Amino acid sequence: MVCVEQPSAGERMNTHSEVVDRLRGAFQSGVTIPEEFRRTQLTMLRSMISDNEERILKALHQDLAKPKFEAILSEVEIVMNELHHAIANLSHWMKPDYVSKNLATKLDDCFVRREPLGVVLVIGPWNYPLQLLILPMVGAIAAGNCVIIKPSEVSFATECLIADLIPKYLPQDCYTVVRGGSEETKALLQNRFDHIFYTGSQTVARSIVQAASVHLTPVTLELGGKCPCLLYGRLNIVAAAHRLVWSKFFNAGQSCVAPDYVLCSTATRDALIPALKDVLESFYTTEPQKCPDVSRIVSLRHWTRLVELLGKTRGRIVLGGEHDQEDKYIAPTVVVDVAEDDALMAEEIFGPILPIITIESVEKSIAFVNRKEKPLALYVFSDESSVVKMVMENTSSGGFCSNDGIVHMTLPGLPFGGVGGSGWGNYHGRWGFETFSHRRACMLRGWALERLNGLRYPPYSEEKLKWLRWTTSAKNSCSMM
Amino acid sequence: MQVFQRTREAFLSGRTRPLEFRLQQLHALQKMITEKETEISTALKQDINRSQYDTPLLELIGIENEIKLAIEKLSDWAAPRPVEKNLLTISDEVYVQPEPLGVVLIIGAWNYPWSLTLQPLVGAIAAGNAAVVKPSELSECSSLLLRALLPRYVDKDLYPVVAGGVQETQELLRLRFDHVFYTGSSRVGKLVMEAAAHHLTPVTLELGGKSPCYIDKNSDVRIACRRVTWGKFVNCGQTCIAPDYILCEPCIQGQVVECIRQTLLEFYGADPKCSPDYGRIINQRHFNRILSLMEGYTPVVGGQSDSSQCYIAPTVLKDVPPHSRLMQEEIFGPVLPIVTVSDMDDAISFINEREKPLALYVFCSDKKAIKRMIEETTSGGVTVNDVMMHYTLSSLPFGGVGQSGVGCYHGKHTFDRLSHHRACLVRSLNMESVNLARYPPQDRRMSLHVTHTLLLHTDT
Repeated sequence: MVCVEQPSAGERMNTHSEVVDRLRGAFQSGVTIPEEFRRTQLTMLRSMISDNEERILKALHQDLAKPKFEAILSEVEIVMNELHHAIANLSHWMKPDYVSKNLATKLDDCFVRREPLGVVLVIGPWNYPLQLLILPMVGAIAAGNCVIIKPSEVSFATECLIADLIPKYLPQDCYTVVRGGSEETKALLQNRFDHIFYTGSQTVARSIVQAASVHLTPVTLELGGKCPCLLYGRLNIVAAAHRLVWSKFFNAGQSCVAPDYVLCSTATRDALIPALKDVLESFYTTEPQKCPDVSRIVSLRHWTRLVELLGKTRGRIVLGGEHDQEDKYIAPTVVVDVAEDDALMAEEIFGPILPIITIESVEKSIAFVNRKEKPLALYVFSDESSVVKMVMENTSSGGFCSNDGIVHMTLPGLPFGGVGGSGWGNYHGRWGFETFSHRRACMLRGWALERLNGLRYPPYSEEKLKWLRWTTSAKNSCSMM
Repeated sequence: MQVFQRTREAFLSGRTRPLEFRLQQLHALQKMITEKETEISTALKQDINRSQYDTPLLELIGIENEIKLAIEKLSDWAAPRPVEKNLLTISDEVYVQPEPLGVVLIIGAWNYPWSLTLQPLVGAIAAGNAAVVKPSELSECSSLLLRALLPRYVDKDLYPVVAGGVQETQELLRLRFDHVFYTGSSRVGKLVMEAAAHHLTPVTLELGGKSPCYIDKNSDVRIACRRVTWGKFVNCGQTCIAPDYILCEPCIQGQVVECIRQTLLEFYGADPKCSPDYGRIINQRHFNRILSLMEGYTPVVGGQSDSSQCYIAPTVLKDVPPHSRLMQEEIFGPVLPIVTVSDMDDAISFINEREKPLALYVFCSDKKAIKRMIEETTSGGVTVNDVMMHYTLSSLPFGGVGQSGVGCYHGKHTFDRLSHHRACLVRSLNMESVNLARYPPQDRRMSLHVTHTLLLHTDT
């Protein structure tokens, strides 16, 4: 597999406009509209993944040292699952929704049609470079759009692989991969799209919305934030420790929905730390750096960022802390005595470092969480359903999961997305299809009842108004005849 | 801004969460509409010369119906919405919980100053939000009246009304809202979206554009023209979903003109200026704008104007060239151009060459042709064989696409638009053995992997 040399910035701008024009022409020809066509593309994508699993695993390993198992679960399987789900449900999703009518519209056909938006842009991140690119694509293709696919240049091996594979399975005129870094993305955003789907950071998201506002392009933003994890009340500490370690250290903590930090009482913390130690050893052995199930940090830049955080923290490292620059390795690390204004609490960690903040009561923890930005996910571990309920009802977050981590995003029936600083819009399953569709309200009337229409025409009179009020006072009636 | 601080604190107090509170506010809003109908009519007459019958017809009945629907359905809308599970989650609770967003900013427009501020407010209240309401300064009397009335009926800290023009709106947009709901022009819509980008605030933009109206030669032209005439000239053409222009074949153009002329006579009499049912243009600026669009063309119906009253007669022009000024911007006034096309295919191309409109109207008796027209075009919404009616059914989502807008509302759609749909998975700490299949180390996982996969991917 050869990675092609990139053209210059100027060349790229022209190329981008050409690409967008070409896809717009393809969209306007109507080729992506029929159900058969969409189903074929989704089937081809499915073949692309299953035919090339080895290559995919290799690229992910090159980029992130992703353990084979993690890659299969969080990149291959989740994508295949989404594709199966879309293929199985496409017909159903495409059908118009007939809506409830009222007295005035009883004889009319009233329904909502789902229509494609046109040419959409999907920008993927580097942490799950396949999943977070292909899953939005599934929704976009199922909805009948043409798609410009922009994988992250940071996960370089996967970027090359996607650029190589997509043209072999999907028609280039409808689905094109565009490569490059931030300059190229800026240039790409000068073009007019019908929807932009972005997964990444808040800073970049702002500039994307600004670029989108010039064309009134709707956007979906899948951002991040610090996902809190609360442990309160009576609780099975061993089970909680297993689930917490699994969700935190999966992909070396580089997941937008990883529990970022823990809030619990001193007593819980004291019971938790030995439990975490046991689980870490059972998962990753006593020498995690040699364990094939431990991932690496994606780049030297991010590795340095994380090691600096470990240096700046005023907390105490109780587990892990080891790191190796050449290997971009950071051991699964737990830090205690972390204050609210600690370096570890200033930004999303996005790495294998777990701060534990001790707050004695769940009420104070809830207040702590509410002082911060609404996170993408919020977790609470407790055997007491009243504790779970209290946390859920007094906080807000993109998603919520009690007594586990991350798994809520694997269910295609649940929308996956943030709120406030963690994002805008959602996808997965039917939600993805809806995100990339326009819901067009249609009312088909007949020629009859023109006399009844007369109630709404001038010249007006008290009499007509009385009739109008009477007819529209019925339940679920409409505003005017 | 002090008002904003107070509103946010009021929201954070949590009092909008209980459904009883929201219902109480909705009932109070209903009371305001019922008790103050006369005052509202008077304000509208002063703002835009709206006839006293048009006010309930076009605004109040709509608001009342939205309130009634919200009151009736609130507990359904606010309840958790279960979703499909798989075998792995069979003993868990899996659902979507709608939650309030926080503080919503509602920016209203001047053409229907009451419904375009209060209908979004109904949804905002129902969804448990607080809302800052900013009515348009162009409909000045309505804005003043709303400021006086609303605090007397609903919670004044949670739903304050803020007055002001462009500058005040810009200042408001610098604050961090949890959603901005804007109704108005595409030009300002872009500025609103750009301003909201700074705080990553999601927006709903109800904009406009030129809504085309195709009249097929084999349709009932007389009835078509009656319905189009009503929709075009109500509120003096100042409606975002008014049929902006007509497309038809040359062979029926004459008939279309005649039918419209006759309908106008029936609706407004020989001199519409004297009819109590015919409105006026909102202000001098828009009056001048609309007149200048017609420069160089001779109307076949109407054309008279009186700047002292901001009066423009119901006007029709035929054989309008596609590249004329009339066809470049949304008219938003009582001027109806007719553009001729060679057939339905030509009409479809014409429509598709232009920006996606807020509404599309088709008058046609052939079911297949109607189907084709809908399938080969796009628009916010469609009404076939009538105009504007899709707006009135609250079970249909109302909104634009492309330049005509982002997002939709009405009925449950407003509630959903102004809520956060939180994905919830409630598990227990039991059944840990099932989870073993996903944990490291590899050899243990691989043996249990097959079972785990089966459980994860089988939908129930």
